[in-house]
Amino acid sequence: MSTATGVRTTGGQRWTASGMLLPFGIFYVLFLLGPLLYTAVAGFFNDSLVKSGPGEWVGTANYAEALGSPEFWSSLGHTLWFTVLTTVPLILLSLTLALMTDRFSRGKWFFRLAFFAPFMLPSSVISLLFMWIYADQIGLAQGVVTWFGVDAAPSWLGSPNWAMISIAAATVWWTVGFNFVIYLAALQEIPRDVHEAAAIDGAGPWQRLRLVVIPMLGRATTLVAVLQLVASLKVFDQIYMMTNGGPDDATRPSLLYIFQTGFTDGRAGYASTVALLLFVIILLISLVWFALIRRTEKEG
Amino acid sequence: MQGRRRFLGAAGSLAAAGALSGCSTAVGQAFTGSAGPSSLLNFWHPFTGGDGAQLVGMQSGYRKRNPGTDLKSTTLVWGSPYYTKLTLATLGQRPPQVAITHVSRLPTLAASGLLREISPSELDQHGLTAGRFAKSAFRSAHHAGKLYALPLDTHPFVLYYRTDIAKKAGLLDDKGQLTDVDGPDKFLDAMRAVKEVTGLWGASIATVKDPATCWRFFWSLYRQLGADLVTDGGRKVVMDRAAAEEALAYIRRMADQKLIPPGADGDGGAITLLTAGKAGFLMDGEWQLLAVQGAVKDKFDMRTFPRIFRDAPYACAADSHAFILPKAPSEKAQRADKALEFARSMLDASLDWAKGGHIPAWQATARSSAYHHLEPQAHYAEAADGAAYDPAAWYSGADSNLYRRFSDVVSSVVGGHTRPGAGAARMHAALKDLAGMEAPI
Repeated sequence: MSTATGVRTTGGQRWTASGMLLPFGIFYVLFLLGPLLYTAVAGFFNDSLVKSGPGEWVGTANYAEALGSPEFWSSLGHTLWFTVLTTVPLILLSLTLALMTDRFSRGKWFFRLAFFAPFMLPSSVISLLFMWIYADQIGLAQGVVTWFGVDAAPSWLGSPNWAMISIAAATVWWTVGFNFVIYLAALQEIPRDVHEAAAIDGAGPWQRLRLVVIPMLGRATTLVAVLQLVASLKVFDQIYMMTNGGPDDATRPSLLYIFQTGFTDGRAGYASTVALLLFVIILLISLVWFALIRRTEKEG
Repeated sequence: MQGRRRFLGAAGSLAAAGALSGCSTAVGQAFTGSAGPSSLLNFWHPFTGGDGAQLVGMQSGYRKRNPGTDLKSTTLVWGSPYYTKLTLATLGQRPPQVAITHVSRLPTLAASGLLREISPSELDQHGLTAGRFAKSAFRSAHHAGKLYALPLDTHPFVLYYRTDIAKKAGLLDDKGQLTDVDGPDKFLDAMRAVKEVTGLWGASIATVKDPATCWRFFWSLYRQLGADLVTDGGRKVVMDRAAAEEALAYIRRMADQKLIPPGADGDGGAITLLTAGKAGFLMDGEWQLLAVQGAVKDKFDMRTFPRIFRDAPYACAADSHAFILPKAPSEKAQRADKALEFARSMLDASLDWAKGGHIPAWQATARSSAYHHLEPQAHYAEAADGAAYDPAAWYSGADSNLYRRFSDVVSSVVGGHTRPGAGAARMHAALKDLAGMEAPI
């Protein structure tokens, strides 16, 4: 009797679950798997944006062109450089800010709001703001360094050596709040007893931080590091608006390269190939990164 | 029972009415692909600046004269994304009935079969014959011998100057006009005189984050040297490297002598230098007129970009806005007659258009005394005769890959990172690269 009821319930539940997942499943297939598949197929044709139909079959010619193109590799290099420039400070800085904010017993809300507020601004607002700050001749940044006695202030967004660093700095200011909130939440979950026990055992403040707090933040660090890496590898908005990849393509990330070949040049087939290559590369980097972090976390 | 049936019937007819009216909404049309009621006229344009404000006035005039037409005007952001949307809407069989294009983008659109040809009989019918347009603009509206567009204006690269500064520098004649800036040395001398007054720069130009301005600067000088870039729709490179080097060397001279800033921003930075009196000249498109006017009122004037080189007829980089009829799936959806009528109405309002800075292509306006008395617009009107359009190639035209590649070199030469010779070589290599690519058309 009870077995029969059990079987019937499980069967019903299974259908209920599938039924509830169905709407999402349809969207997933229509808007993620479908386009992905189409991208993979289009990469083998000389598909054009200005003509209907897939164009002519070109085999692996697009792949050969992409892998042999210095533009493809340099844009990938810029993506990685941007990732390094942003991921490292975004993790360290957010941790530092969270540790300091956590010390306040009163007025914590103010710092939480202040550090998180920039993250709520849309990318266009951030870009406009920093385009004015970094502007040549009339910008705030130029005025500040001149005031500090620098004779020839660099052209922040106009010099190939500085443009990427300037954009990375703006990005750090913009998005540090997100990691900060995750760290702050994790810090608040560490019980007071642990701190007390460590203090009674004779651990100083630095030792408590290094040996107790940071290891206990392991899961938060994994989350922050993986999310940050993926976000940085997908950079587009602020670069598109602030420099559009210039000067001399010094800030052009892979996504902008795809955008330019696909939409400015109208070469949809070739752009699909590059998009698929980038997708595979991001997937691989993320997996390796995730594995590395999980391992250090376990060792810790 | 009866009440219920009546209720269902009413609900049914309501739903049917909803479905029908759904066709006339933009969303409904997007799903069904219907062209909407025949009174509807969709118009797309990329005018977001001062010219956009002028257009709003011209459109409300049209609406008043044509109460039977439902004009839906859509403003989209200028640049590559505009052309992407126009292309995809046309391919997806839901194009606007009439749209604006830069004629520099016409070759790609026409060669891809996205545009409807405008026949001579239609021109006659609407009084839009060739003789009523500016010659070079009308010529540029053709592709492979067929007419695909109706030019609204010519918009050249020009020279702005602060009259108060130029006067102090002793550069104005008794009529208050700028003289003696034609020729390589004379233009630099004038800038030097201005620099003494401003104490900072002679001229201002946006060479940072402004590919279009860099391109126009280079293209104006290069065309004055009589040189060409590509033929055969962009597949064959005929670039004159010596001429490119000469043009870049001249640009370098300005930067070397600190007559222009090593880098001014395209987002208002270059204009601010002029309006704040830190530079006496500004090299830019005439469409900045309202922005400059708003800041310095009548303390400025404009003229054609100087004639630096005499190797060829006068040339200054220019483009034209033009009306096009994107190809619709049926004659019913095309509404060519209504679209042409609308274009004619806009052309008739050319004087309003000219107030935004653009030189009208409509000769009835361009030759009118009202336009000749429009200042400072009338002072650069002759630039239309020297309009140097972009080379015809799929990678060329407004906000194109060619702009980006060439502007990188110009910007680098101005900043002092690249020598003119090396710059010309880089331009040549970039052009070879573009010409060798698989064309999307």
